[in-house]
Amino acid sequence: MGVGGADGTDAVPVPDVVALFATCVVDVMQPDVGVAAVRVLRATGCDVRFPSGQTCCGQPAWNSGFAADAARVARTTLAALEAAIEDGATAVVAPSGSCTTMVRVFWPELFELAGDHDAAVRARRVGVRTFELCEFVAGRSLPALSLPEPTSVAYHHSCHMLRELRVHEQPVELLDRIDGCRRVMWADDERCCGFGGLFSFKLPEASVAMADDKLASVPVGPDGSDVEIVGADSSCLLHLRGRSQSEHSPVRTRHIAEVLAAALGGDRPPDPARSRVIAARPEGDPEDGRTAPR
Amino acid sequence: MGARLPGDAVTGRGHQLTVAPLRERTASAVADPVLRARTARAVDRFANGREVALAEVEDPDGLRGAARAAKAAVLADLPAVLERMADAVLARGGHVCWAHTAADANAYIARVAAGGTVVKSKSMATEETGLNDALEATGARVVETDLGEWIIQLATETPSHIIAPALHHDRHSILDLFVRRAGAVALDSEPTALNAFARSRLRQAFLAADVGVTGVNFGVAESGSIVLVTNEGNGRLVSTLPRVHVAVMGMERVVATWDQLDLLLNLLTRSATGQRLTTYTNVITGHRRPADGDGPEEFHLVILDNGRSELLATEYHEMLACIRCGACLNVCPVYRQVGGHAYGWVYSGPMGAVLTPLLAAGHGDAADLAGASTLCGACMDACPVQIPLQDLLLSLRRRRAATASTSERAGWRAWSAAWSHRSGYDASTRAAGWARHLGRHVSLMPGASRWTDGREPTLPPGRRFRDRWRDGDV
Repeated sequence: MGVGGADGTDAVPVPDVVALFATCVVDVMQPDVGVAAVRVLRATGCDVRFPSGQTCCGQPAWNSGFAADAARVARTTLAALEAAIEDGATAVVAPSGSCTTMVRVFWPELFELAGDHDAAVRARRVGVRTFELCEFVAGRSLPALSLPEPTSVAYHHSCHMLRELRVHEQPVELLDRIDGCRRVMWADDERCCGFGGLFSFKLPEASVAMADDKLASVPVGPDGSDVEIVGADSSCLLHLRGRSQSEHSPVRTRHIAEVLAAALGGDRPPDPARSRVIAARPEGDPEDGRTAPR
Repeated sequence: MGARLPGDAVTGRGHQLTVAPLRERTASAVADPVLRARTARAVDRFANGREVALAEVEDPDGLRGAARAAKAAVLADLPAVLERMADAVLARGGHVCWAHTAADANAYIARVAAGGTVVKSKSMATEETGLNDALEATGARVVETDLGEWIIQLATETPSHIIAPALHHDRHSILDLFVRRAGAVALDSEPTALNAFARSRLRQAFLAADVGVTGVNFGVAESGSIVLVTNEGNGRLVSTLPRVHVAVMGMERVVATWDQLDLLLNLLTRSATGQRLTTYTNVITGHRRPADGDGPEEFHLVILDNGRSELLATEYHEMLACIRCGACLNVCPVYRQVGGHAYGWVYSGPMGAVLTPLLAAGHGDAADLAGASTLCGACMDACPVQIPLQDLLLSLRRRRAATASTSERAGWRAWSAAWSHRSGYDASTRAAGWARHLGRHVSLMPGASRWTDGREPTLPPGRRFRDRWRDGDV
């Protein structure tokens, strides 16, 4: 975080500008996760923007082998994120390990395969500035975190985040920072939940069996309390939740952004962007979305 | 080129693929809780053993990197290394067969066997070629002598795991097979009793055999040696008691030097069973010498191509580094639920999902196997030679997509056309928001049952994140 005032006398902190890559799953299916992610980012002193041209990272088509179609969609999101960086964002943050992996790891290969070398170069520039929410937040200062009611949680390491981004400790450390959050040890926390994108539609019986295996391995909380599965990828959680509900299992799921936001307390944290005069950077067109109206 | 049935010159590249579609195979596998429990128990034992055994090594990842480099060096020079291997075998008085196809290998071995009795030790290469059926078609009698292989031979099954072929059986189903198919009487299902029965039956076969057929874990070109790793000792009997020893080696299993062997052998046993060394490590260099007390009078090396050389110049060449340890099967969350037979051919797990579309291309739904993975990457982390299995699966999916149905391609085209513009994205995601009004009836939408059978659907709340942001409600 920088310090405003050229002579150092005016020590009002200038917030880091962060572009949120909400991801299509969060945008459409789990908007509360996006709202929670914004709250958490603001609580670390970030000025959050939402580049509204973004759609999807292209992963469904990429994982199905349709690289050209994936590139076509990814190019749109690339342009939106790139413009946000040019407009002052120092980082792109996504509440998903999988979509972050797509941007950071697979986009360059994807664009090269689609014959778009220029986009691959641009994707690398965006990729080095793109972070998964936990990995970004863990390195910043957060206010005291406390859950209103003691909650037992088990953290699910989603595959791309674990094995491509190698983000392993950060989400766990964040949970352990929360007062009232009792994290239980889970021996199978690194095993795939069985979602796998379109795998869950193409081989649904195997996918459901994998969810059952994962759910059955969730330990019981202290004093026999129910345990909530917390993860950093909404898609895994929707799959696990869907299975848990259809089996009338007591296991619930929650995105880590929502846990962190709940631990910030009931008050809406101040938007750092509102607490200072923005002279050099006018409010953007609301539909442009780089700066939201307040 | 399609996979061929043994003895069928028109369609055969070896063992036939199962006919039922992949989804059906996986669905019936997961419907069998006994199979799932047996599979999970076995792979957990192997995977834990591997972790312990690798933890003993000073720098496991450094070792894996060195192993990958060693395999890459051999593969880059494979024709020359194989020539040296063949020359060394010939110089020791052995015979060499260059088998271009499964049928070539089977035909050569059938000529050598000449209708006699053949004992075999475990060999995935001969599972691939469908050797047993081919030999039996010529009137030869074939007995598998690895306990697991004998069990699945009695059951007329293919291996469900590349190093534990009868992993899907337990002592009760084995007793049943021994009684029904091997004439056992008054036997109980105690493992020691089952072992004693198998031992007595197999010993008769060893003593009666004319030809012994083994696989090859590694060929060492500098001396023309083959290396067999086993835990049961049957490999030693198969390669010494009969008059003739035939070793069948996938062409990629050769290494140039003993130093490379040292590196790879160390990783093979630790990665496969968690052992520092298997009970028996046999290094066999040619047939019996005048001074030797025992051993075969003839040694034949069959070098099996069967589609491998076609991979050398492609992006799939790294798959030829595979040392058949099974570590990827043991950590695969899909294999854990569906077991080996659901993969439809002889290879299973992640390595099978890559190898089957490559070696049995065009046969049945072999290409669909690339989809039998969530791309979780656990296999890549476990692979002792660091084969980028996930990247290869993705590449195979692209290859499959190139010949996908018109409707599938049109679907992706329509999706990318819509989602490459904000207006198209808005239109389609707002439409998705209407699905919430369907409530429980959402499962009636086309294709929705693939999700809703077994999982409660989450309906989109209607107001997207971006709508809330636009309205200043974030």
